[in-house]
Amino acid sequence: MKSKILLIIRREYMTRVKKKSFIIMTILGPVLFASLAIIPVFLMKVSSSKETVAVVDESHIFYNRLENSEKLVFTNVENIDEAKEQLKKGTYDLVLHIEKADSDKANPVALFYNKKQPGMDPISAIQKQLQDVLQNKLLMQTYHITTEDYNKIKAVRIDVKAQDVRTGEESSTAIKTGIGFISGILLFMFVVMFCTQVMQGVIEEKSNRIIEVIVSSVKPFQIMMGKIVGIAMVGLTQFVLWIVLTFGLVFVVGTAMASKFTQTEITQSMNIGTMVDPEVAGQIETTALIEKMLSGVGNIDFTLIIIMFFIYFIGGYLLYAALYAAVGSAVDSEADTQQFMAPLMTPLMIGYIAALMLVGNPHGTAAFWLSIIPFTSPMVMMMRVGFGVPAWELALSIGLLIAGFMFTTWLAAKIYRVGILMYGKKVNYKELWKWLRY
Amino acid sequence: MDTILEAKHIHKAYANHKALNDVSISVPRGSVFGLLGPNGAGKTTLIRNINQITAPDSGEIWFDGERLQPKHIEQIGYLPEERGLYKKMKVGEQAMYLAQLKGLTEKQAMTKLKEWFVKFNIENWWDKKVEELSKGMAQKVQFIVTILHDPKLLIFDEPFSGFDPVNVELLKSEMMKLRDNGTSIIFSTHNMASVEELCDNIALINKSEVVLSGNVKEIQRQYRNHTYSLTYEGQEVNLQPLLPQGFEVLSSKPHKHHGFNSVKIQIPADSKINNLLTELVKHVEVTGIQETLPSMNDIFIKTVTK
Repeated sequence: MKSKILLIIRREYMTRVKKKSFIIMTILGPVLFASLAIIPVFLMKVSSSKETVAVVDESHIFYNRLENSEKLVFTNVENIDEAKEQLKKGTYDLVLHIEKADSDKANPVALFYNKKQPGMDPISAIQKQLQDVLQNKLLMQTYHITTEDYNKIKAVRIDVKAQDVRTGEESSTAIKTGIGFISGILLFMFVVMFCTQVMQGVIEEKSNRIIEVIVSSVKPFQIMMGKIVGIAMVGLTQFVLWIVLTFGLVFVVGTAMASKFTQTEITQSMNIGTMVDPEVAGQIETTALIEKMLSGVGNIDFTLIIIMFFIYFIGGYLLYAALYAAVGSAVDSEADTQQFMAPLMTPLMIGYIAALMLVGNPHGTAAFWLSIIPFTSPMVMMMRVGFGVPAWELALSIGLLIAGFMFTTWLAAKIYRVGILMYGKKVNYKELWKWLRY
Repeated sequence: MDTILEAKHIHKAYANHKALNDVSISVPRGSVFGLLGPNGAGKTTLIRNINQITAPDSGEIWFDGERLQPKHIEQIGYLPEERGLYKKMKVGEQAMYLAQLKGLTEKQAMTKLKEWFVKFNIENWWDKKVEELSKGMAQKVQFIVTILHDPKLLIFDEPFSGFDPVNVELLKSEMMKLRDNGTSIIFSTHNMASVEELCDNIALINKSEVVLSGNVKEIQRQYRNHTYSLTYEGQEVNLQPLLPQGFEVLSSKPHKHHGFNSVKIQIPADSKINNLLTELVKHVEVTGIQETLPSMNDIFIKTVTK
């Protein structure tokens, strides 16, 4: 009997791993993940097209104070009408019209374009330059502060370092937030993806009518568990391959790009990637910040995070997979699953959204309870794990998760064994309740 | 009589209806047992109880002299009415999988499958996907997988549906061979002609109860309506006025080119074939006479609509 469940696991595993879609997803996944890290750098490089801006400054404050950059070249023009004419002809890409201001008010500014509306980047760059010029003028004329002094004032910064009182280790909260974020999302994706496969598998067997043949040689519970375990192994295989391939790809492409682009370009793109306000951090500071973050990475217990990811993936998957199998057994086709999907998706979605929203406060009451309750714990606890969770909380959460999936499996098995042999019946909740008591 | 399977007083109820009510059947070893009945009568439920897919609420099932146990699953082969295969899987792979689920080792399964694939002339399907096969082809594969593990008892639920006449004959002859080699077969069908042809014994289930059971020939004799078909030579004669009270000519048909006539006559229940002959020889040259037993079809309809 034991070897039969192994046979089922092997079939479920082999047929899926040999599928083209699995191979494509396995290769494509890392490319997608890696491109998330690499594309910003690449875009920075390719998007550096130059735009010529004709400046018509009626206030004469800004002339020659606007600095040319890699993307913007400023030219002074006296007459606005002439500038507009030239814009229409294509001599300039943009015309910046600065009018005279009344007393202390800011100058009204208009940016004209010809068909091609400029994006946020050039507009904010121009805006920033104009503001800087005005600020400097104000500082010097009204408050008599030199530009140098002003830069000194601006450069004053304080970093709060989170430090473990026992080990004295420093680690970056930003990195931990990122890890919490990503592992919460990944876990949700994985659970939904592979649970859906379980459901589709059950529906396939039922609509094929092969279930009638198999059920005469193997117990329904064994068929269900064989399928769930087999698909879990597919998930783990894909997960491991993704990790290996993603790191490999990022490493290879990263090395290639590092030689091609300067360090600054990479850090700049990482600014965008990590949503650090580019205004506050100069390029050199950013590099320092990145270095600090990387040293913080070294202090994060990745082994624990990866082990916990496996535990919570398997636990969360088992908890939901059995229920998905039960839903699959109750219907005749995938189109009929909708009414049963809402109660399965809701707790998953709550966990997912909670993991994203509570990442700023990982030890709060909401985060605590949601990481203990089995239905949401996989996502929320994964978010918390990087921040350090007391062992008893982990033990309680995992213990409840195990109890949870044993309960859902028991419940699902009762529905499954009746459902797989029931055809052409419109099943509702009342009907399911009846099956539970057969 | 030596029985392979005996179900005693089986009751099975679902939430809102009784599927089996005090059903008892006895399947003699090495025979073909017909399980008949209209749709929804409870046949499939009984078969599922025998296959241990579901358990009866009360009653006992004995298999080969023992109470039915999980280990017996491997001694039973079941071809369900609603049968299918994994569409995306290769035929050979799939047959191997199903054979191993029935307890064969990989090696045994391979040897036997190759043998049967050659026998059914389908060796070149081994690497084809099931979705490329026609329904009849898939049925052949299912038949092979059902009998591959040499079960003591085979259960066929509507085995001929989806087969063309050539393959029906192939299947019938394989079934007969299996029976001659000592395998017992439970055969559930609506096709009454095949019941007469194949079954030794039957049980007719209607509305969850066994309403008729026993040996096919005995049942037919029990339902006899004393009708005889006979042929005589020469000109067609109107026999009805010449026969005594209670004798009735049901049909009369001349075969002019062959010079003989065939007639169907029903005689009174207390009369004998010899009485009929005595009357007939006075008027015509009888060349043959035979009792016409009621068809299983008639018996089925008569019993079910009673």
